[in-house]
Amino acid sequence: MPASWSGQVAIVGAYESARRLAPGMHPFAIQAECARGALADAGLELADIDGLATAASFPAEGAREMAVAEVAEYLGVHPRWVDGTDIGGAAPISHAGHAVAAIQSGLAEVVLVTYAACGYSWPHGAADYLTYAHGPGQWELPYGPSTVATYALAARRHMHDYGTTAEDLAAIAVQCRANAAANPDARYSVPISVDDVLASPVIADPLHRLDCCVVTDSGGAFVLASARRAQSMNARPAYVLGFGEALGQVSMSQMWPFTATAAAASGARAFQTAGMRPAEIDCAQLYDSFTITVLLALEDLGFCGKGEGGKFASAGELAPGGRLPVNTDGGGLSSNHPGRRGALAVVEAVRQLRGTSPGLRLDRPRTALVHGMGGSLSTSATLILGV
Amino acid sequence: MPHAPGLPPLTDQFSQAYWNAARERTLLIQLCRTCGRYQFYPRGHCVHCFAPDPEWTPASGRGRLHTYTIVQRTPNAEFAADCPYVLAIIELDEGPRMTARIIGKADDIACGQQVHAVFTPAGNAGVLPNFALDIR
Repeated sequence: MPASWSGQVAIVGAYESARRLAPGMHPFAIQAECARGALADAGLELADIDGLATAASFPAEGAREMAVAEVAEYLGVHPRWVDGTDIGGAAPISHAGHAVAAIQSGLAEVVLVTYAACGYSWPHGAADYLTYAHGPGQWELPYGPSTVATYALAARRHMHDYGTTAEDLAAIAVQCRANAAANPDARYSVPISVDDVLASPVIADPLHRLDCCVVTDSGGAFVLASARRAQSMNARPAYVLGFGEALGQVSMSQMWPFTATAAAASGARAFQTAGMRPAEIDCAQLYDSFTITVLLALEDLGFCGKGEGGKFASAGELAPGGRLPVNTDGGGLSSNHPGRRGALAVVEAVRQLRGTSPGLRLDRPRTALVHGMGGSLSTSATLILGV
Repeated sequence: MPHAPGLPPLTDQFSQAYWNAARERTLLIQLCRTCGRYQFYPRGHCVHCFAPDPEWTPASGRGRLHTYTIVQRTPNAEFAADCPYVLAIIELDEGPRMTARIIGKADDIACGQQVHAVFTPAGNAGVLPNFALDIR
């Protein structure tokens, strides 16, 4: 392994639920399915884990404030290391980084990171706001900032500053759908064109329905252990080489500048801890809540210059034969987005490194970057894996 | 376009000065007594230098449209009747940015356009500061 922050800890088991619609199920039951799947992949039993991380306090995730304790109780475990960090959709990637530090410091030996939500079918109501209407939120929520609208604000400014077009953004959705065509589990797999994206209804200008991720009932989980312990396990380990996380803003009035995100900081730290450069990444899972989320990540992580993300996508560089194949299973835009895509992005990165993805399989990638972006371009976590 | 929010601001003892001023058609921002910089949204300290107790000061009410989106559909029942509406980020001439809506004619809306504050009655919420495009 290259000299790095780690490589001392590996992901030794990974599982994504094949469910996409699960009306009537409680998300905790999907949590258990995912835990069982990831442990089986590693050749472990539930009793082997001593660390647990999850975030499950969005309404469609079923828990309240003490989410990790609720999920631990439901699974029937009493971990001695826990992490319930909640930074939106990036949380499971953050959990992975924290778990590496815990394993390296001896606080835990085997950590399960698990996630599930019934984003589509949840019958008990949902919230689309990141804050309450009191405190800082009293100066934003009364104006009606839907989640899509907050991302649309960034897309519009990027278009103004850099000449990015709706066609550039659509190219990202088209590529994710093309990748999903090979994935039997994908929520949507019929190929689409740029024109299809532009002809889909505008939700919040300039973002169309097909610029937005799917909403599913599903989940995923993965298991981390020391590289030494990984040697005796079933599956080929995916070593954790680097990690970074960062916070941006929650209120959109506080986003500064409006065309860059916390990914610039989390990505720089991930590359620094890995001792690597963007050119050394063979494939990436970039959080795709919306097409603009991917475009900003490409720039902020250093895969292209600021303002060049649109051209990078439109030139086909995100395709399997391009400079940076992304979201190889179809991503959140076409395959699976129950609520926090981060866990599923980690699973797909591991599958690509092992050559076990259910759909598209790249030609023996050696390194994979996983990037999460939560809230309204609010929070960021970046993980670099290698084999 | 009408703006009667179903999600009124939940004010507190500190923020009452801001909402009282809005009823008088005045937009308040804050000025740091220590570093002399403006800020929005209001806080009990300066977000630039962390000095306590910045002072309320009337803003010019003038600024530029930093970015915007025309919301055609929303999952939020509180705002469904408002669609379509223009959600915007305004960069005030004093420097800080604030979230608001663009009210009135917006056919040729574009980032960078000059805007001015308007004050929109909003039912139990009192009055919400919003902005309109300057007529050119």
